[in-house]
This record gives sequence, C-alpha cells and structure tokens, in this order.
Amino acid sequence: MHDCVRHIEPVIPALRRFAWALTRDRAAADDLVQDCLERAVSRWAQRRTDREVRPWLFTILHNLAISRLRELKRRGRPEALEDAAPGDLAVPPVQEHRLAHLDLVRAVGELPEEQRSVLLLVSVEDLSYSEVAEALQIPIGTVMSRLHRARERLRLALAAEGDARSPRLRRVK
Amino acid sequence: MTPVRPISEAELHACVDGALPPDRAPEVESYIASHPEVAARVEAWRQQRRLLREALAPIAEEPIPPELNVAAMIEARPLARPMTSRRIAAACLLALGVGAAGGWGLRGATMPDPVGVAAVGQEAAESYRVYAADPVRPVELGAESREQLVHWVSQRLQRPVAPPDLESAGYVLLGGRLAATSHGPAAVFIYQGVGGARIAVLVRPMAVEQTAKMREHSYGAVGGVSWAENGLGYGLVGAASPGELHPLADQIRSQIRQSAIS
Repeated sequence: MHDCVRHIEPVIPALRRFAWALTRDRAAADDLVQDCLERAVSRWAQRRTDREVRPWLFTILHNLAISRLRELKRRGRPEALEDAAPGDLAVPPVQEHRLAHLDLVRAVGELPEEQRSVLLLVSVEDLSYSEVAEALQIPIGTVMSRLHRARERLRLALAAEGDARSPRLRRVK
Repeated sequence: MTPVRPISEAELHACVDGALPPDRAPEVESYIASHPEVAARVEAWRQQRRLLREALAPIAEEPIPPELNVAAMIEARPLARPMTSRRIAAACLLALGVGAAGGWGLRGATMPDPVGVAAVGQEAAESYRVYAADPVRPVELGAESREQLVHWVSQRLQRPVAPPDLESAGYVLLGGRLAATSHGPAAVFIYQGVGGARIAVLVRPMAVEQTAKMREHSYGAVGGVSWAENGLGYGLVGAASPGELHPLADQIRSQIRQSAIS
C-alpha cells in the first residue's frame, strides 16, 4: 500500500501522547492528531525527503496545537484544559508511583507552553535537540535554555510539593 | 596534564538525555560525580524524565481510535483536484446565474490563467463581485459563528486560517465562506465599513509561490492588493483604488505575522 501509511502509522501512538500531554484532554488531543494526519497525508508529496518523517509529523502537530491553544485562550479557557481529574489520567490507578506521576503531570501542565513542548519532545518523544529546534523553528540555544528552565522549574516545584506533604510520604520517593 | 574543557549546563542535560558524544561523556560524568550539588540536580532531572515517560506511556499503548486511520484518509481524498475544483468553479458560476459568467468563460478560453499572487488577486476580485455584492446573503457563516467558520475553512484549507480583525480600521466582519478557485478551495471573509462599503479578504494555500511581495491590481471597479506569505496567498479587494486599500493590506499582513510569532 501507500508508503505514506507505512511511515506515518508507527508514529501515531507518540503523536497521541504528545497531543494529550499538551492539552490534557482526550477528545481535543485526538482531534489535533486527526488534523495532523490529514495534513500530513495531503502534504506527503511536498514534504522534504531529506527530513525524517517523525520530526516532520511533530512539527505539524505542534503548529496545530499552538493555534488550538491560542484559540482556547482567546475564548477565556485556561491554557491547559483544567487539571486532569484523577480518572482522566492515563496512569492505571494501582500504579505504585501514581502520586509522583500526578504531581509531575500537573507541574508539567503549569509550565509555559514553550517550555512544555521542548521538555516533552526531548524527554518523552526522543527527538534530538536539533530536531526539536527544527520542529519548533527556534535556534538550538533556545531549545537548551527552555529545556533547562523547564527542568529546573519542575525540580523546584516538586521539591516544594514534597516538603509540603507529610515526611513519611516523602521518604517513599 | 591537558586542561579540561569547562562543562556547560547544556552538556549536563545532554548527559540526562543520552545525547553526549561518546568522547565527551567520561569528562562530563566524572565532573558530575565529583560535584555532589550538581549530581543531585542531574539526578532530579533523570528522575523527572523517567517519571514523565512512565506517566505518559499508557496513552501510547492504547489501541488507535478509528478516526485516526491513515489509509482511510488517503482513500477519502479527492483525486485530480485541480480538474475537480475547476469544474466546481464553473458550475458555481452557472448555478448562480452571474451575468458576467459568459465573459469569464470566454476569458478562460482565450487568455492564459494568471499564476501565483496574480491569480489570488483575480480570484479575490471574482469572489468579491459574486459574494460581496450580494445584498441578501454575502456570507455562508456569519460573524456570530466565527468559531465554526474558522474551524470549517481551516479544515478545508488544511491550514489554520482565521479572519483578520479590521475593526480598528472601521470594518466589521460580516462572516465568510468557502469559494472554489482554479487552484483549490479558498476562504473568503467579508467585512462592512461604516458607510456600508464592503471589502473581502480571500485566503488560500499557494502551491508554488509560497512567499511573494504585495502587488496592486484592478479588475474593473474592483481594486486590490495581494501577496503571499508562509505558503498562504492573501487577496484584499474592494470597490476602491488599490492605493486606498494598501494600508489595510499592511495591517492584515502585520496581524498575521504577529499571530504567527506569538
């Protein structure tokens, strides 16, 4: 069949994950991925063949996500669609590290969008620093400084939360 | 001993992400090992990275919902697009019973079609004649359904497209519609000025001329300015001279640039 399908399909799970992490809303995330795939299909012939498909797809998805988030903001909704209700979280409820996951996902949601995208593309989606620079159309130095700010912010936020919580819980971490 | 190259913050992150060049990794690692405060920070980043991957992993393991079927999307795409939209355009003109249709048909037969931004200008002028002049129903979706309109045209143009805000220049958005052009679907946004004068902005993806400078044009009484940027062509038209419309075109362009940056 189409080599377009063969190249795009394997990336869909990662696209859904990235879209969810940006919006923290299942329906909104899948809408974004759907738009992204439709666009990728229609532009398949025009894409630069010297570029890997994976970062190219993330570029499209990120651009769509940005305009969607901006749209939501204009309508007066918070940037990330409210804090995820416990049932919404992707993590099965019995998971041992669930509390730590919850804290982290919430803290990531509180990062400015520009830091959040860089953090997710680097830490979760395994794009190289230069691929992230290309996907977000920013210099690589900016990628590094956003990554640094994101990680430091998370570190401090989680440390503060850990202090606030009971010492017994903190020792478990 | 050869002096050691100083370690950068970026390299500490690269260490966390396994992105250090193999010949540099030992130096960075031994630096981290001998600086407990740095080691604690790097360890916290490592833990974040691991936890974040764990937290998000289940989403990537879910079965893919049916709407995200790439093969079906390919099948659903119209083939031979230029032919189809040309036919649709012709059919539209006939169906609308536009008086000038005969003339336009003739033009198609005798003159080469303009390309690039010139084509955008002409399409904008033609849409203006047909739609903006319509006193009853100039738009398909009114300004009160702005969101729906944005969603609709963005979907069809496969690009995020929204009507520029021209209220500061005295033009209120009436609404918009899709129009067929020989280069595929276009979004047409129609505005009304204080005295009732209407202007239209046509937007459509550009196949070849991705970016082009502004150019002025007149088709009969319809003047306009068109340009292309980042793969989208824009045509601003109205019953005014191109020179009068130019400042408005500048305003639209800077608005689009701003929304692209912010």
